[in-house]
Amino acid sequence: MVTENMVGSSPRRVSLPLSSQDASSLRVGDEVLLTGPVFTARDATHARLVAELDTLGVLPYGLEGHVLFYAGPTPAAAGRPVGSVGPTTAKRMDSFTPALLAAGVRGMIGKGVRSQAVREACALQGAVYFAAVGGSAALLATRVVSSQTIAYAELGTEALVRMELQDFPVFVAIDAMGNDLYASAADEWRSRSAEESS
Amino acid sequence: MITSADIARAVTAAVGEAAVTLRPDAYAAMRKALSTERSERGRRVLEQLLANADIAMADSVPLCQDTGTVWAWVELGENESLTGDVQSAVDRAVEESYARHKLRMSVARDALFDRSNTGTNTPAFVEVTSRTGAGATVHVMLKGGGSDNSSALAMLEPGDGMAGVERFVLETVQAKATGACPPVVVGVGVGGSFDKVAGLAKKALLGSLDEVSADPEIAALEQRLLAQVNATGIGPAGLGGDTTALAVKVKTAPCHIAALPVAVNMGCSAVRTATVEVTG
Repeated sequence: MVTENMVGSSPRRVSLPLSSQDASSLRVGDEVLLTGPVFTARDATHARLVAELDTLGVLPYGLEGHVLFYAGPTPAAAGRPVGSVGPTTAKRMDSFTPALLAAGVRGMIGKGVRSQAVREACALQGAVYFAAVGGSAALLATRVVSSQTIAYAELGTEALVRMELQDFPVFVAIDAMGNDLYASAADEWRSRSAEESS
Repeated sequence: MITSADIARAVTAAVGEAAVTLRPDAYAAMRKALSTERSERGRRVLEQLLANADIAMADSVPLCQDTGTVWAWVELGENESLTGDVQSAVDRAVEESYARHKLRMSVARDALFDRSNTGTNTPAFVEVTSRTGAGATVHVMLKGGGSDNSSALAMLEPGDGMAGVERFVLETVQAKATGACPPVVVGVGVGGSFDKVAGLAKKALLGSLDEVSADPEIAALEQRLLAQVNATGIGPAGLGGDTTALAVKVKTAPCHIAALPVAVNMGCSAVRTATVEVTG
């Protein structure tokens, strides 16, 4: 139930890479501050990662156990590790996600609804999908302390980049049991509103 | 006389402003929503979006990493002439301002056959129309992928009427608003032709969010649609709440006697537009 985990208390701090204990204790709707490394990957990056996974049989670039951040930042201003960086729409990555989770990716940061296959893969692999607030990229960039291109530099904003986060604000959108905040939030809010006004 | 260089200067100014400055009407609408939103999580999201706007403006950094494709709409005064290659001038202005402001290049060379990045954020989508009065008005919109992908168009039948239009708007919001970074601004176009109705919906996003339409029928429709949209419960960031949209803006136009075209162009919470007046 989302209502058991309504925000209001201070957000929980979670370290990355995500431990299996943290992954299994996070609940849908939890507000979380993430600290540690993530790897940015969006459309073109996913196509390449899955192609390399197919060839190698294991995840490339040491991604096993790590969290992918669906994002393509703006260029960094002088003296800053990154430009503005926020989540892109996650469902474009849905077709790649089950294979990446099966190979050991532990979580994802993005925005928006995922497929049933992704929910099932999260439950099966004990992985977590975090939602960051779309449209808050200037604020989120202040929570990125370093940035290093790992692969695919020629893809520009779609390169695989390792970013070190510090207190990066997210909500748990799909937990390791496969519960989905996006699937339930609107309905639950409507029924709560109906109760309050009746 | 207005030259393409005048238009290019206006585009340069507008791009810089729209990328980093939240429109005052959108900021005010978000502040107002924060005071009425009953969902705790929804309020947290709205607080984050307001803090984001403050940081973007103070540090002169983009509000969103998706700094979009550029739409430039030139409304030319009735007695003005426009000289020079406007498309090329606007493209140069876009390329230069995107590089200078360190905005993200987000244009693929061809939708189908070559998805490589042009690296310049061009071509811009340029439109020139005429209006009464002197000078020219240049509107610029930086349109992100998430909100444009959440848009839709339908060729309804005249018999579908008002109810059909309202149903289509609501269905589109329910199916797609979560991907458009809510609280959204819903641009609705009704009328024109297949190609024109999408433009109408886009132009609706330029309207001030706090301005009530002078046309009482439009004003009533916008208010009705906003109430329905905000009753969906989608809420800020799609995580549940009262504030799914900051505003619904409607534009209507004449159309074929057999047609009822309707389009919804979703605008994200940052609704990045700027308008610059050019004197001839």
